[in-house]
Amino acid sequence: MARHLITTTINGDEVEFACQPGQTLLEVLRTELGMNGTKNGCGSGDCGSCTVIVNDRPINACLVLGVELEGAQVETIEGMADGTELHPLQQKFLDHAALQCGICTPGILNMAKAFLAKNPDPTESEVRFGLAGNLCRCTGYDKIVRAVLDAAQEMRAPK
Amino acid sequence: MADLKYESPTTTEAAVALLAAGGEMARVFAGGTDLLVQMHEEMIEPTLLVDIKSIKETREITFEADYVRIGAAVTGAELGENDKLVAMWPGVVEAVELIGSYQVQGRATIAGNLCNASPAADSVPAMIAAGASVCIAGPTGTHEIPVEQMAVSPGKTSLAQGEFVTSILLPNRPSNAGDAYLRFIPRTEMDIAVVGVGVSIELNADGTCASARLSLGAVSATAQLVKAASGILVGNKLDDTVLEALASAASDACSPIDDKRGTIEFRTKVAGVLACRATKIAWQRAEKN
Ligand SMILES: Cc1cc2nc3c(=O)[nH]c(=O)nc-3n(C[C@H](O)[C@H](O)[C@H](O)COP(=O)(O)OP(=O)(O)OC[C@H]3O[C@@H](n4cnc5c(N)ncnc54)[C@H](O)[C@@H]3O)c2cc1C
Ligand code: FES
Ligand code: FES
Repeated sequence: MARHLITTTINGDEVEFACQPGQTLLEVLRTELGMNGTKNGCGSGDCGSCTVIVNDRPINACLVLGVELEGAQVETIEGMADGTELHPLQQKFLDHAALQCGICTPGILNMAKAFLAKNPDPTESEVRFGLAGNLCRCTGYDKIVRAVLDAAQEMRAPK
Repeated sequence: MADLKYESPTTTEAAVALLAAGGEMARVFAGGTDLLVQMHEEMIEPTLLVDIKSIKETREITFEADYVRIGAAVTGAELGENDKLVAMWPGVVEAVELIGSYQVQGRATIAGNLCNASPAADSVPAMIAAGASVCIAGPTGTHEIPVEQMAVSPGKTSLAQGEFVTSILLPNRPSNAGDAYLRFIPRTEMDIAVVGVGVSIELNADGTCASARLSLGAVSATAQLVKAASGILVGNKLDDTVLEALASAASDACSPIDDKRGTIEFRTKVAGVLACRATKIAWQRAEKN
């Protein structure tokens, strides 16, 4: 079967990969590229654990094909921290203990990052709607919402 | 998925040729939020995906003399960001924005919502109420049909082999007109409509109804235009007698399924209630325009 050769940018680096027509971005990341930070919870768009940012939009990596990504800009959890410097969202998730098993966390962090880029000063209810596509079966969401609101405040503060 | 092929043509003609040659097992691929789920669940095993997103005209929203043209690959997120469209057809946009999460919005298209032919597709009753039409390209050329003629039964469209939707046309809305969409779901987000109602209203200068279109989703095999609604509303103001008649007309139009998410009785009753609520919202919007 024909494999497609795709050139794309992942976390700022140009990456070339070969994939089969039916392979999702989620499969490409995890199996072709060995980037396991993006999690597979359902494979059908329901849980949000595979959320990555493609061309500035949050999407479910399980519902995008690798072959679609020629020339695209992809951001995954592996690129969220700046070296050893955690992103404010990552730091606030630690501070608020907004994760337990951690499976939902990469997807929620990416969704929250994309959401705050559009809405830097959200209400609690806006954050909850913003994260409606991300399921967490451990935390009960409250700590996640608080961490996102706290990070938003810090990210708004003049440096 | 062993013999799956992927093509990304850049012209409508090339897409039609690929689809026509691909036969029964070729599928148009837009946002993939239905298609990839169905492939993941092995409900379908297509042999060819024709990605229409590289065809320039499918990516554009254009305001033309008599209508707004929404390309078949325009995403829900892009629709919601188009202020002019939101002002013109708030009901259509609010229906589209109910589809899935932000992640799904970044991919899902209204043409895909329509062509997936689910009776519960949220944007479809809103488009029917708006009087939208569908532009179709195929081996014999292009033609247009009203949105309500696309789905023929759950999961089946009236498209012939080789045909696909290139864009959807929403008529330019007259002044004193407004639209709205409401749905009932058991949760508050991320769920499938148990009843969906789209309404579009145009008012006369004296505040009576000049024209009205009401459409119901999820209560019959395909979304439907409730023709009786127009007769009840036109020439009248929105008083209790009119609302009561409207609720009965909506309930009478229902032939729903019975499942754990909503019984026949519940869906029939809720259709009437939501028809009135959506009509009131559309009416208020019309008064402000
Ligand atoms: C988590 C989740 C939540 C969802 N929630 C909702 C919801 O609340 N309400 C709702 O209505 N839907 C919902 N959906 C379903 C889906 O997102 C919508 O139906 C969406 O609009 C489909 O658009 P698409 O571009 O992704 O279509 P695709 O998946 O690309 O295509 C869908 C079908 O239409 C065909 N098709 C697509 N475009 C064309 C075209 N231009 N011409 C001819 N055929 C075409 C395809 O071949 C396929 O059969 C949800 C899906 C997910 C995964
Ligand atoms: S794995 Fe993609 S949404 Fe669940
Ligand atoms: S921390 Fe376990 S699913 Fe969210």
